[in-house]
Amino acid sequence: MATYDFLFDRLGLRDWCEAGSSDGPMSMADLIGKSQGGNAPAPSIWDLPFPSMDALNDACPNFPQARELTKGLENGFLSIKDGLSLFLDPITQPLSWSLEAALWLFQTAPWWIMIPLLLLVVQLVARSVKLVGFVALSIGFLAFIDHYDYAMQTLAIIFVCAAICVLIGVPIGIAMSRSDTVQKITIPILDMLQTLPPFVYLIPLIFLFSVTEPKLYGIAIILYAIVPVIRLTNLGIRLVDEEVIEAADAFGMTSWQKLTGVQVPLALPNIMAGVNQTIMMSLAMVVIASLVSAPGLGVLVLRGIRNLELGVGLVAGLGIVLLAVVLDRVTKAALARVNAAQKH
Amino acid sequence: MSDDIKISIRNLYKVFGADPQAAMEHVRAGMDKADLLEQHGHVLGLKDINVDMRAGKITVIMGLSGSGKSTLIRHLNRLIEPTAGEVIVNGEDVLAYNEEQLRRLRRENMSMVFQKFALLPHRTVLENAGTPLEVRGVERHEWEDEAQKWLNRVGLEGQDNQYPHQLSGGMQQRVGIARALTSNADIMLMDEAFSALDPLIRTDMQDLLLELQEELHKTVVFITHDLDEALKLADHLVILKDGEVVQQGEPQHILLHPNDPYILDFISDINRARVLRVRSVMERTGEPRANIAGDVDADDTLESVIALSEGETGLSYRVLRNGKQVGILSVKNLVRALVPTDASDEGIRARAS
Repeated sequence: MATYDFLFDRLGLRDWCEAGSSDGPMSMADLIGKSQGGNAPAPSIWDLPFPSMDALNDACPNFPQARELTKGLENGFLSIKDGLSLFLDPITQPLSWSLEAALWLFQTAPWWIMIPLLLLVVQLVARSVKLVGFVALSIGFLAFIDHYDYAMQTLAIIFVCAAICVLIGVPIGIAMSRSDTVQKITIPILDMLQTLPPFVYLIPLIFLFSVTEPKLYGIAIILYAIVPVIRLTNLGIRLVDEEVIEAADAFGMTSWQKLTGVQVPLALPNIMAGVNQTIMMSLAMVVIASLVSAPGLGVLVLRGIRNLELGVGLVAGLGIVLLAVVLDRVTKAALARVNAAQKH
Repeated sequence: MSDDIKISIRNLYKVFGADPQAAMEHVRAGMDKADLLEQHGHVLGLKDINVDMRAGKITVIMGLSGSGKSTLIRHLNRLIEPTAGEVIVNGEDVLAYNEEQLRRLRRENMSMVFQKFALLPHRTVLENAGTPLEVRGVERHEWEDEAQKWLNRVGLEGQDNQYPHQLSGGMQQRVGIARALTSNADIMLMDEAFSALDPLIRTDMQDLLLELQEELHKTVVFITHDLDEALKLADHLVILKDGEVVQQGEPQHILLHPNDPYILDFISDINRARVLRVRSVMERTGEPRANIAGDVDADDTLESVIALSEGETGLSYRVLRNGKQVGILSVKNLVRALVPTDASDEGIRARAS
């Protein structure tokens, strides 16, 4: 006799409970109960179990057990997996291609072309000789301790993923800023993406794609890092001075003219802050993504953990910090230039 | 007379709230602002506004903050949609316009100047001034000259490549005015355009506006909370209170015949001698008279006559317009006019009670 027998008796579900009841797999509690012998003491109010799935299953064998929930979820996912990958595979294929191309490019170009090229980009974006010197020193140091290849792999992945985050994130942010409904729907999703432990969304991805494909970690990084650029684009456009928007309306701008000529340019400082955050988060994720075969400095960190090679792990970790500082300074310098151009 | 009316507002109502149309029924049934807010949670922003604005004149809408004047001006180019009523511009009902027609109205017929300038901070002064033409799809090399011309006209030579934040408030508003003029619209809406400026610059800008007006004869709708400014600029003055027109008419007339204690409060603080003109207080007569101390013009201020008479109250002056006598002004009448009169009995308050 189980505690909740009366519930099913009252509801007249006894027949349904017993119908074709083949004893399902026993739960651990059942086993323990059995091993202790059948003569259980009279139930007291202190032992009243919560009417959980397992407790209800005791009373009614046809009621599903809790483990069937996780199992059902898994089966459900597996059953739609083929259909899903049929649809997802082609549309994510360009991600694989661009990641492969970027990795190939960053590794094949000789260092004496690659490093000056990166420094040139820094100079164009930040317009600061001091910063260029700092970047040169950092990359030079990484190359000197033979971490150049790893660092370039990491950079290649970040460039591709951050660029895609901006390409997808800015339009989503714009859509959010234009409609409160879209914002209401999107914010919970963004909250979830931001708080879900990064390891958790690696799991379905592993089922969907082969671990050898670059898009597996590409998607993981993008999902994790896209949130700030969406949020800050939305915020930036919503914060544009209402009177300026009114002026744009008063002079008869179309909504496209208003978007490209007023809203996006005025939201640019916020959007740039979002891009900075997105790059930082891609860098954080690129380490975790090395669990699913992402190349780069993360692999060394992982090796350090797996083999307890303290030195390897620490040096690679410091290398990541150095890259983070470089990327942060360069994007912040670009942000400062945008801010200086349009302070009020 | 009616053919030179440019903008005509008829029975305009604006109700703010969740369901304005339902609340509008109560307003039509005679509910007042306070009751509507208390019983239905809707705010009556504008109530039964009827104003005619004549072409080529400056119509000033004056009221304290919360009186609905900024709401009213935004109905003219439909930045705010009315709950009921008509807005007729150039003989056409603006409220019947579709999006395309409305955009054309805003691009070609109306320009606007804002209290906080509302310039685009990421564009240069020249680009800001050229905005209205650029919006219409005019190429840059074509609008540059036009924008340049108006920037020079408002006194901003050589500032083309500055950014707005590099200019002072007064100069930024000059850019705002240049921008409005570049659009070449014949209606100019000015929403508290000079309120954010300090007094000396404000006077400068008022003079600039009057000077431009003399030359361009735009139909200007000017919003202000400052009575001195209103009296200086207005050809037609509309006084708004709690979303209702309390009095409208020629400024001199309102000053001499206020019909509401509210207006009386307003006008009790101003320097009447500087605002009132000879024509408003003179005795209308073409007959020559003896003991004339001198000639004054009909549009002279009383202040200038007082200066002329050196405080002697026994004198009389002949009032001329275009060299012909139109009346006689005795300094005694002049001094009497300097004392504010009580609100006349036809005031809306008198009618209400």
